[in-house]
Amino acid sequence: MKRTGAQIFFECLKRENVEVIFGFPGGAVIDLYHEMPKHDIRHILVRHEQGAAHMADGYARATGKVGVCLVTSGPGATNTVTGIATAYMDSVPMVVFTGQVPTALIGNDAFQEVDIVGITRPCTKHNYLVKDVRDLARVIREAFYLARTGRPGPVLVDLPKDVIQASTDFRYPKRVQLPGYRPTVEPHAGQINRAWDLLRKAKRPVIYAGGGVISSSAHRELTRLAEALQAPVTTTLMGLGGFPAVVRNDKGQRELHPLWLGMLGMHGTFRANMAVQNCDVLFAVGARFDDRVTGKISGFAPKAKIIHIDVDPTSISKNVVVDIPIVGDCKAALRKLNDIAKQEPLENVDDLRAPWLEQIHQWRETYPLAYKKEGNGIKPQYVVEKIFELADEETIITTEVGQNQMWAAQYYHFAKPRTLLTSGGLGTMGYGLPAAIGAQAAFPDRLVIDVAGDGSIQMNIQELITAVCNELPVKVAILNNRYLGMVRQWQELFYDKNFCATCLDASPDFVRLAEAYGAVGLRAKSMEEVEPVLREALSVQKPVLMDFWVSPEEGVYPMVPAGKNISEMLLV
Amino acid sequence: MTMDKKNGLRHTIGVLVENQPGVLSRVAGLFSGRGFNIESLTVAVTNEPGLSRITLVTSGDQHILEQIIKQLNKLINVIKVIDFRDTEFVEREMALIKVRAEQATRAEVLRIVDIFRAKVVDVSPHFFTIEVTGDDGKINAILELLGQIGIVEVARTGKAALARAKKR
Ligand SMILES: Cc1ncc(C[n+]2csc(CCOP(=O)(O)OP(=O)(O)O)c2C)c(N)n1
Ligand SMILES: [Mg+2]
Repeated sequence: MKRTGAQIFFECLKRENVEVIFGFPGGAVIDLYHEMPKHDIRHILVRHEQGAAHMADGYARATGKVGVCLVTSGPGATNTVTGIATAYMDSVPMVVFTGQVPTALIGNDAFQEVDIVGITRPCTKHNYLVKDVRDLARVIREAFYLARTGRPGPVLVDLPKDVIQASTDFRYPKRVQLPGYRPTVEPHAGQINRAWDLLRKAKRPVIYAGGGVISSSAHRELTRLAEALQAPVTTTLMGLGGFPAVVRNDKGQRELHPLWLGMLGMHGTFRANMAVQNCDVLFAVGARFDDRVTGKISGFAPKAKIIHIDVDPTSISKNVVVDIPIVGDCKAALRKLNDIAKQEPLENVDDLRAPWLEQIHQWRETYPLAYKKEGNGIKPQYVVEKIFELADEETIITTEVGQNQMWAAQYYHFAKPRTLLTSGGLGTMGYGLPAAIGAQAAFPDRLVIDVAGDGSIQMNIQELITAVCNELPVKVAILNNRYLGMVRQWQELFYDKNFCATCLDASPDFVRLAEAYGAVGLRAKSMEEVEPVLREALSVQKPVLMDFWVSPEEGVYPMVPAGKNISEMLLV
Repeated sequence: MTMDKKNGLRHTIGVLVENQPGVLSRVAGLFSGRGFNIESLTVAVTNEPGLSRITLVTSGDQHILEQIIKQLNKLINVIKVIDFRDTEFVEREMALIKVRAEQATRAEVLRIVDIFRAKVVDVSPHFFTIEVTGDDGKINAILELLGQIGIVEVARTGKAALARAKKR
């Protein structure tokens, strides 16, 4: 039986177990929307295509499944580009379907034509223009396969209108044939042995874990290995949640894991950065030595031999030359190391590690994460601490970008993977709200909170109505400092306090704005009001926008000035 | 591998790619996007249906070359990257050279053509067009000699390269 391209499209999504599409219609995809009601698939109508892309991304990061969005040609397609680049930088599995003008018109500057395959070539893992309906099922199959395997990433599929309208026999390919794509999953046994040898002999080991631990679901393996070695663990922003920062004690209270160092890098903890600078073996797992992590590259971990596991060979020895490269899946590699650790456990590991852990403890005591509690207005760090107190391990935190993001990373302690969704690589303001909506769509019963800035939230505020009308009760906590705070902080520290274009004293009334959207708006102007506002927000089954008037001049500390060694921290 | 004064090592890389639309721009975009150099690039179909071969000459230190090779391998449409660094290989380039050939210089041009085992492929009252094939050194040498007589235009193909067959 012949099927149309539109029918094939939905058949394929069914085979890929897609439960929700984030989308926005237009002329080029109207045939797909015409077909949609006949299929058992949820569609969330966004208000801006950037929102659709971030929602698909948030859905993907929260679930580990492939996020899907669907937009029209031309402006619909270009509006997704920031979302695609965001997902690309953070290796998020996503498939973006864009409409395209009919094949006969391609290249003619037709109405709403844009070369989206050309535009997104550098920010997708791969992309396709489907020119023949007979290729459609194969391409969709490949797109999902590429998005989720190896180093995950976004894949774009451009669908000309006539291809969607044309008919052919439907057959969903059983396997993909991509001769040029063979990601290495199993690590090289010899390299694993060499790594073990180094780890076994290390006196001052540090594990430095990144987003790869989360995308390969290797958090348990990581924790087991760290405990077997009694090796302290730091993570990147993307790796937060990949190691349990907090564990429950006998009384059910959460306390910091004894091996947890906190995040490292530009706004890392004192102890994490000092540990990295003084370790003798640095074990990098699914991390990529980003400049926000390493600071001055030549001065990074100067005393350490470095082991690096990554599924993407291009990440290895790209910025830092490593001693033991291991190409492969983090989980597979950590499993192998755990097997060895089980067979030949370290003798007296507690005694062996005591001096190093004691040193780290001292660093933590000398310069704990801290902020000045006095001063005017609400302390933004306090808001995050309170959110942490009221939340539990299942709560999903998203962030915008700037100081809000860093305070969330520092003062909220993530116990589980996929509970922090944040734009790490691209640093996309406007990410947090749509990502929260995407996560809430996946987990309607979990608490999802966007820790936001007054600047960033306005970049995708239109999606509040998407949350309201789809009954997705996300909570947004705006740390309203009336500034583009992070840029202001740089101006204060490095640009002669020339606060050009960073003051936002003309923001909307966020409470009334929330109400205009049909959400709940709440405001706190003093420290005492913080907790009641949070409690009230958590008690309503609706989207809530909380406007916390925080002290405008607060800075994020520690801070390593760009280009300095990460031990050269500015402290409070 | 030869030294390039400005950019370090010059290096030839073979890339077998699927014959898909856009594949060339993926390769070219990789080089421009990541700031790698391309000195020359040739592409044409191979004897295997659906596969094309790109030969490109790039430059950079060992670290950059490693990255280039890894990044090329990462492209989905790239089937194989042939790193000629540790292989014996042959490389050739063809050039078409239009040279001024007046009464007084025609004989000299023909002598040079003969020495380089080049060919005259087009003749007109004032110009010869010469076809020459060889490695870098040879092509540069003939260009230099003909340059003294008067070159009007040059079209070079860029290099094509293949690994040598294994000797027994
Ligand atoms: C789309 C985008 N534009 C510009 C920037 C540069 N930038 C980084 S942080 C920041 C300030 C963000 O202000 P706000 O959301 O109020 O957060 P705060 O730092 O005040 O917490 C800006 C402008 C960015 N990251 N993303
Ligand atoms: Mg702000």
